Amino acid sequence: MASKSLYSHRDPVLRKRDDFEDMLEERRRSSDLRYALRCYTPLLYKGLTPCQPSMLKNMVLQSDHLHYVINQVSKETGTAADVIQEQASSILDEMAHSQQLSTVRFFAFALSKAFKSLFRSVCVNEEGIQRLQQAIQDHPVVLLPSHRSYMDFLLMSYILYTYDLTLPVIAAGMDFMGMKIVGEMLRMSGAFFLRRSFGGDKLYWAAFSEYVKTMLRNGFAPIEFFLEGTRSRTCKSLTPKLGLLNIVMEPFFKGEVFDVSLVPISISYERILEESLYARELLGVPKPKESTSGLFKARKVLSEDYGSIHVYFGQPVSVRSLAEGRVKRSHFNLMPRHIPRKPSDDTQSFVNDTAYRLVRSQEDNMVLQPWVLMASLLLQNHYHQRPGREEAMTLDELTQHTLWLRGLARDYGAFLHWPDHAAPSEVVSSSLALHGGLVSVAGGRVLLALGQPGGQGGAGEECGIVSSPEEELFSQAVTVLSCASYRNQVLHVFLRPALLATAIHTASSTHREEVFNTFSFLRNMFSNEFILCPGDTVQDFEEACYLLLKTAALQVSQQELLVTESGRRTLTFLTALLDPFLQGYQVVCRFLCEEATDSLTEKQFVPAVRSFMVKLILTGGLRYSEVLSSDLQKNALAALMRLGAVRKVKGSDQVTLKVNKIMVNSLEDTLGGKLPTQKAVLARL
Amino acid sequence: MASNGSSDTDSQRIKAQQRLRIIAGHLQQRPVDGGSAVVAVECKAEGNKTNVASSTRTVPRRRHEVMKWNGWGYSDSKFFFNKKGQAEFTGKRYRVSGMILPSLKDWFEGTFGASLQHKSPSAPVLNASAISPPILNEAFVEDIKSTGIPFSQDAEDRVFRAHGHCVHEIFALREGRFGRVPDLVLWPNCHNDVLKIVDLACKHNVCVIPFGGGTSVSSALECPQEETRSIVSLDTSQMNRILWIDEKNLTAHVEAGIVGQDLERLLNESGYCTGHEPDSMEFSSLGGWVATRASGMKKNIYGNIEDLVIRVKMVTPRGVIEKSCQGPRTSMGPDVHHFIMGSEGTLGVVTEVTMKIRPIPEYQKYGSVVFPCFEQGVACLREVAKQRCAPASIRLMDNEQFQFGHALKPQVSSIFTSFLDGLKKFYITKFKGFDPHCLCVATLLFEGDREKVLQHEKQVYDIAAKFGGLAAGEDNGQRGYMLTFVIAYLRDLGMDYYVLGESFETSVPWDRVLDLCRNVKERITRECKERGVPFAPLATCRVTQTYDAGACVYFYFAFNYRGLSDPVHVYEHVEHAAREEILANGGSLSHHHGVGKLRKDWLRESISEVGMGMLKSVKEYVDPNNIFGNRNLL
Repeated sequence: MASKSLYSHRDPVLRKRDDFEDMLEERRRSSDLRYALRCYTPLLYKGLTPCQPSMLKNMVLQSDHLHYVINQVSKETGTAADVIQEQASSILDEMAHSQQLSTVRFFAFALSKAFKSLFRSVCVNEEGIQRLQQAIQDHPVVLLPSHRSYMDFLLMSYILYTYDLTLPVIAAGMDFMGMKIVGEMLRMSGAFFLRRSFGGDKLYWAAFSEYVKTMLRNGFAPIEFFLEGTRSRTCKSLTPKLGLLNIVMEPFFKGEVFDVSLVPISISYERILEESLYARELLGVPKPKESTSGLFKARKVLSEDYGSIHVYFGQPVSVRSLAEGRVKRSHFNLMPRHIPRKPSDDTQSFVNDTAYRLVRSQEDNMVLQPWVLMASLLLQNHYHQRPGREEAMTLDELTQHTLWLRGLARDYGAFLHWPDHAAPSEVVSSSLALHGGLVSVAGGRVLLALGQPGGQGGAGEECGIVSSPEEELFSQAVTVLSCASYRNQVLHVFLRPALLATAIHTASSTHREEVFNTFSFLRNMFSNEFILCPGDTVQDFEEACYLLLKTAALQVSQQELLVTESGRRTLTFLTALLDPFLQGYQVVCRFLCEEATDSLTEKQFVPAVRSFMVKLILTGGLRYSEVLSSDLQKNALAALMRLGAVRKVKGSDQVTLKVNKIMVNSLEDTLGGKLPTQKAVLARL
Repeated sequence: MASNGSSDTDSQRIKAQQRLRIIAGHLQQRPVDGGSAVVAVECKAEGNKTNVASSTRTVPRRRHEVMKWNGWGYSDSKFFFNKKGQAEFTGKRYRVSGMILPSLKDWFEGTFGASLQHKSPSAPVLNASAISPPILNEAFVEDIKSTGIPFSQDAEDRVFRAHGHCVHEIFALREGRFGRVPDLVLWPNCHNDVLKIVDLACKHNVCVIPFGGGTSVSSALECPQEETRSIVSLDTSQMNRILWIDEKNLTAHVEAGIVGQDLERLLNESGYCTGHEPDSMEFSSLGGWVATRASGMKKNIYGNIEDLVIRVKMVTPRGVIEKSCQGPRTSMGPDVHHFIMGSEGTLGVVTEVTMKIRPIPEYQKYGSVVFPCFEQGVACLREVAKQRCAPASIRLMDNEQFQFGHALKPQVSSIFTSFLDGLKKFYITKFKGFDPHCLCVATLLFEGDREKVLQHEKQVYDIAAKFGGLAAGEDNGQRGYMLTFVIAYLRDLGMDYYVLGESFETSVPWDRVLDLCRNVKERITRECKERGVPFAPLATCRVTQTYDAGACVYFYFAFNYRGLSDPVHVYEHVEHAAREEILANGGSLSHHHGVGKLRKDWLRESISEVGMGMLKSVKEYVDPNNIFGNRNLL
């Protein structure tokens, strides 16, 4: 049952979703202090008492798995085993959480205050909480929230504390630990810290995986980590990372636990705290190092209005039912279980598949605000303006378009949060007010607020310094990227139909097979950019056709896919939605063909391609300033590498990129519709 | 037999009687009424051999004269709830016979949500008209007649040999449903009779299904639906003599149809035993043990059947297979005995077996240990196995099974005993702090010289103490073993009240014992829920044998099926799922029940394609026309 809910995407409109309750309402009415100090008695897995962090560390140190690896490393390096044992012990000290209720209570108090001033509401689906409560008692639970903000894991713990659920232990990136006091505070609230990369370090991997598995096997607490690995700066879901997912599934594969429940959680922010920060980062302003003082500077954000947060606890998914028929557990029977070994191809592909589906179910339950629809429209409108001509939408037009898009989104099964009691114009204007930094309304027309970087700089800058065209472009791009990050939230709803629309647009004929080939090419090309489950090409194609047919935007006659008259608008919108990406990838290809030398290193790639793009934009050869996003550039490169058009060559001190120009060129042409998607090309890919 | 003028010395006789009493303790109270000990007679197939010798045997030709047609064991022995709602056991054969078990009802109703108001009685008598008439191969029957081997076409005889004791088989009987049954039953008297039968079967192309004790729980005795030839059930029960005893080498040569209790009894009369005591030993036969690779409760001292067998004679369509020497171990290529052991009647009939015997042990002592939880208990058993000091038998029952055993406590005769019981309970749960819903019990059986037994006992209890175990008395131990003999009778009781139950087993490496037990029990519970079983099932297990590298785990599974339209189907589904779970958790397909037809779907993945091919090619060579056509294993 649980597995089906994860797999069935046939008609997205039929998905049933729970209602939300605002948990801040209660907080606004009663004492935060009393709340923080209240009696907290969560129901535990099989009535277990949670274990002391020190005991946990000992269990890990005494595990067969760690012993085995310690001896192995000792033999390989010639270092005495007890020295390595010491190393393991200090790895664990660095990593381990030291959750204590007093810290949690402190956070409960502090966050209550902060949330009340930042957000209008924090809405939670209480049915999901009830399901989670049941799941926690039945099986070890893994919480998998989406990751859009630093707030995410504090928010998660806050919610679980409020609803009297077992507090999770959270896998956090080591960068948090750099924040002196806060790092320790987070540790005491249940975070454990992971190094970002520990590629070949067997000992680290063993200590870390055993640490996680020990907690899971014993069911001491739910384990929480971010499938996406890091915060998504673009608000698009990121390609899932498999390491931790592998680790938490292993105890099931090995029969050490009966089952493991995976709970996808979607956290949607109406307005993201880090909005302009992300945009700057994507444009190449390096990410500020996490520091405590930085956090305090961020205090000024406390005075702003960030709308509401929606947290949706998805249906717990049983690993057992997912793995049924996919993973042969008996394969794990023929070797002692503590000896680490690489998962088989079957297992690997199962884990990968599951990860994608979990991320998709996170996407599905993301709550979309009206602003997200407006941002998509405003952005498209912005791109299609020509300099000097006043073509911005009027407020009325915007409202009309938004209502139209609302209908389309609903048809496609989007989880829209549209205040039904308010008049559409009110909804639109209140959204504009909340995002006042990104848009300006002048003379009844709505425009992106360009030239006011991040919208926060205030009006002073405009009349002050005259900036260079590049600087101006970048400051505009900050707004565009911020706006795009809202548009991106709706992408998963329109993605499949948009790929189909683009395929129809690009393909050399309307023949179904031809369109499918193009669709399949595009889908393959963009599978680093968007969440597209591996192996689901046909299913995605059918879903796209189904949705377009359902909304009468498409007709099928004798193997021909024909756009209907009434469907033009839809198709135009969908094509325009994907066009920045399509062009962005083409430009990356063009850069690689025209400018890349043999000595181009991986590190130089992003700055080089960016300045290539800047030139192109300034000369009018490209109108999408959002392609300046390093995210897009990196994804395009990753796709090209996956397809074999670019290879990494490891030199002595740096990695250079070796470009197969013929192939890149033909990919560019195919993207642009200049070359038909031949079967041969596909086969070669 | 004490009055019998055999050549036994007095001391041996005394030992024999002592041994008999012991065995009677957990077996039956058989009236000792004369009868010869070892009958070293030549086979007289022609003679009317319904004679003195076989009247002392447990199993007559017409089994239904003493045994139930629709359930387990003797007709005179069964559980029932009396008018006061108390459970009673009828008959005189067992220790519990005639006793009242006051707590069984509450346990039964509480565990299964069953009620004494809701009965699901069996069809009262075997309705012979529901059985299809035999398909006879006239020429074969004519030839058999001329050999003088007794045979029967009676419906009752045929039905009795068409099933083992799987739950679906008994359920069908109780509902009066009979599938394909054998067309003819033959009772050979000796090896030569079997030779003749197999010869004629080959000549006339009839299908032969060997039948020993009929205690199979693997659907091994079911007649294949697709079999169109005449099916002959070859009942070995009348081949039940000990042909000779070799005291110098401590071996005995025995006809394969003898049932366990007769074998032990007869050997005891000479001061010996085999020590092979499967739970079914009252009814299962030596030939059956060989054909299924049986395991005995006391294998720690005596070994399993493969350790006990010195020489086997099996009649196959190709001829007789036997070794030409009695060397205790050989290196003569793959051991051909291993084609025979576990062949499950697909290759031929085992007719005679030379097996090891031992002098009857001087002293026997039961014992038990309570552990605070199952995990500790398993750790203790593992340590005992590691130190290789396992007593004759050591079993660890989980909490549910402990409570089950407790429900079988007979009414206590005096206030003093009940006071003592109360005191014990108080000590364990209150003073020692054991949680009554977690604690579990290991039952022990020691055997040997008195001195050594006491020493051994101390060693084991010392280990147990290290794992938090507390000695819990002989009585608990003995009752634990009683459970295994009455469990099948209890199943019949359950079936009278809408409860279906079955047991199954596996063997598993030590490090996976706990995981396997937990996962299989949980899987059973979950599958029942998914299949709409309204009340949570009983899923309980015990670690019932220990080995150097692992253990044998035995599960009981039972549920209340009231309100289900097709309980057997539900049952089969759950059992299937449980077996999948066992295999996924590193357990074997079977430790001692065998594969039969019930588990053959998994054999290929268990022994690999090539392994399967090996078995097939042996079958191909030995029995190209599939005369032994029960279609087990392959």
